[in-house]
Amino acid sequence: MASDRNARSANATPPAAAGGVALSLPAPKKKHYSLLTRRDTITLWVMAGVPTLLVGAFILVPTFSSILLSFTSWNGIGPIKFVGAQNYVDLLSYKQFVPALEHNVIWLVFFLLIATPLGMFLAVLLDKNIRGTRIYQSAIYMPVVLSLAVVGFIWQLIYAPEQGLLNNVLGKTAQGDQISWLGNPSLNLWAVLIAASWRQVGYVMVLYLAGLKGVDPSLREAASIDGANERQTFRHVVFPVMRPINMVILVITVIESLRAFDLAFIVNKGLNGLELLSTLVTNNIIGETSRIGFGSAIAVVLLVVSIGPIIFYLFNSLREEIE
Amino acid sequence: MVGLSAPWRRNGLITLASLAIVVSACSSAATTAPASVAPASVAPAASTAPAASTAPAASTAPAALGATTLGSNESDAVPKAAVQAMVDYCTAKAGITVKVNTTDHGTFQNQISSYLQGKPDDVVKWFAGNRVRFFAAQGLISPIDDVWANIEQYMTPGLKAASTGADGKTYFVPVYQYPWVVLYRKSLFTEKGYTIPTTIDEFVALAKKMQADGLVPLAFGDQDGWPAMGTFDILNMRMNGYQFHVGLMAGTEKWNDPRVKAVFAKWAELLPYFQQGAPGRTWQDAAKLALVDKKAGMYFLGTFANEQAAEADRTDVGFFPFPLMGTQYDSEKAIDAPIDGFFMVANPANAPAAKALLTCFGTPEAQLAYVLSPGLTSVAVSPLADTSKYSDVQKAQAEILKNAGSIAQFLDRDARADFAGPSGMQGFLLSFLSDPKQDLDKFLGDIQAYYDTLPPDK
Repeated sequence: MASDRNARSANATPPAAAGGVALSLPAPKKKHYSLLTRRDTITLWVMAGVPTLLVGAFILVPTFSSILLSFTSWNGIGPIKFVGAQNYVDLLSYKQFVPALEHNVIWLVFFLLIATPLGMFLAVLLDKNIRGTRIYQSAIYMPVVLSLAVVGFIWQLIYAPEQGLLNNVLGKTAQGDQISWLGNPSLNLWAVLIAASWRQVGYVMVLYLAGLKGVDPSLREAASIDGANERQTFRHVVFPVMRPINMVILVITVIESLRAFDLAFIVNKGLNGLELLSTLVTNNIIGETSRIGFGSAIAVVLLVVSIGPIIFYLFNSLREEIE
Repeated sequence: MVGLSAPWRRNGLITLASLAIVVSACSSAATTAPASVAPASVAPAASTAPAASTAPAASTAPAALGATTLGSNESDAVPKAAVQAMVDYCTAKAGITVKVNTTDHGTFQNQISSYLQGKPDDVVKWFAGNRVRFFAAQGLISPIDDVWANIEQYMTPGLKAASTGADGKTYFVPVYQYPWVVLYRKSLFTEKGYTIPTTIDEFVALAKKMQADGLVPLAFGDQDGWPAMGTFDILNMRMNGYQFHVGLMAGTEKWNDPRVKAVFAKWAELLPYFQQGAPGRTWQDAAKLALVDKKAGMYFLGTFANEQAAEADRTDVGFFPFPLMGTQYDSEKAIDAPIDGFFMVANPANAPAAKALLTCFGTPEAQLAYVLSPGLTSVAVSPLADTSKYSDVQKAQAEILKNAGSIAQFLDRDARADFAGPSGMQGFLLSFLSDPKQDLDKFLGDIQAYYDTLPPDK
């Protein structure tokens, strides 16, 4: 916060000074336009200050508090005790931690390689204006409108061992013969991933479809005149043109994977094969004897994991702006 | 998901509202403040001051104690009406006015710490045992020894122990409880000629007979993580005795003790008679199989599972205590029977009125007003409560409780919450059920190692 405040005043000082001293160094022709009136200064302060304050209050302060809390032991009620890196040492021996990291990675890879490409593929198909395209679009988009709590409930009905749709369709309802979709720790992550993809596919499809509608038809025309087939047109013309949308979809996929929480938590609070970093954080900090320090340490790990994609995205979008 | 009444049951969908914690914490604080102020204007402020200095006895107090508030997690219709019935009885009896503020029970449980540190209601619904002991140790609730001086005559030493904090003071007024039992359909037992097993050998013989008849002997669902705790509790108490169980829950006994290993080994041996795939089945589905579909012969859970049966079939549901296992601890006849009740917060707006309310809650009549509210299956804790108006289901429970020599709460009430919760035992028990043949020494070593990483419980 302190460094933040300094940064703000450092930014604000030059324009204010410029107004008083009257710029002498840059081109004198523009002098008239460079002068900041009192109103301009106030506007600048408000425009830069309010967002800075908001970011500080709602992002930086909580983030740094989490990092600080991760070095403490606190049950949410009594005094906060500094314990150094003990929480991180405990994390290494914490049975649910490594599975949670793995599951987050599996989630990300599954979304990147299966759910998102499938959504893009459906968008390309539906862009062809096949008959009933609106019906298909609405049907595929439907799950996105539902909250994940509802999605979780629907899929629990599908995966339930006795009354569940899936076991009944497969004829696996006899006792001892059932497939425990949500109970078998080597199966349930995949079952939940399918439920999550059901929603992710629709989301990606709509975004991509909107992007495809914006592609200049003359580009495709030119490509087909040049003798490119459908696949080549998409690969070499449409896909590169869609670069901004591709970036958005990539970012959304990564974000959705890192914040994966709801479905695993609805099924069994993210246990027994469904551990995720987010469910570990929640399980450790809600309730009465919460371990806020330990939960914060897990949250910091999640933050570190998230920083990678964030840097990648910022790097890319900044490079674009410079170009 | 419909008709939950036992407050400690975690509902996944409801618990999900973690984001709502902050919001509801604020809103409950906001609603509490005016609630405690508005009715207070009925009684002049001055009148509460002398009341405070007089004896806290409720039954003799005139209608001058003023208003108090009660925070309740009973958001389902049936128990909510029961809370109201008991409060109505006590407002008339103690001459106070009470405003009941009800919060959804999942949210209530998740936000309880911040709620108690904010502006909580004067009297709050909660659980006996370690759960209340924790808040007592944190200084968030008030000792009520003066209330107990008046209600001890209605209680047992066991109830007092479950209400007492680590400092030896009482903090809690127990109101009702329900035992963990084996539930079965009487008509199924009559039809097939089954008899109630009292020993584990009879139990296994019956289970084999049921399997031969094409039934699942014991329905089982543990997707929510907690139902398996009841099975562990009963096996541990039967095999290692009540005292060892209490010590294990309190952390004085170790989880890597060979006696605990014996429990899990026995459990693994009995698992073929349990319904398979329990980690992926909700307790409601398991209850349905036994109590509605009659495809399972028995079901071990709290008596509230009876509510899953069709209304007309509920009198056909019978209970019996888990069979004895032929150990030296058989005579203890220990069971789990969680107790719910109320405590007073650290700084109540109107302590005399709150204490008068709690004193009233301790009487058998008030407890009866609660448990006789339509649709309830739990029973009053006071042994002096008149059982003549109980339903058959309640009479059967009262009988089992009367015969039980030692009564434990439940793993997630007897042990510290951060150990019992999803990060700890819920996860461990699910992993055991997913792979009962795993190396038990490593499994139990992991449990003890987790216990040892927890910060001091003070």
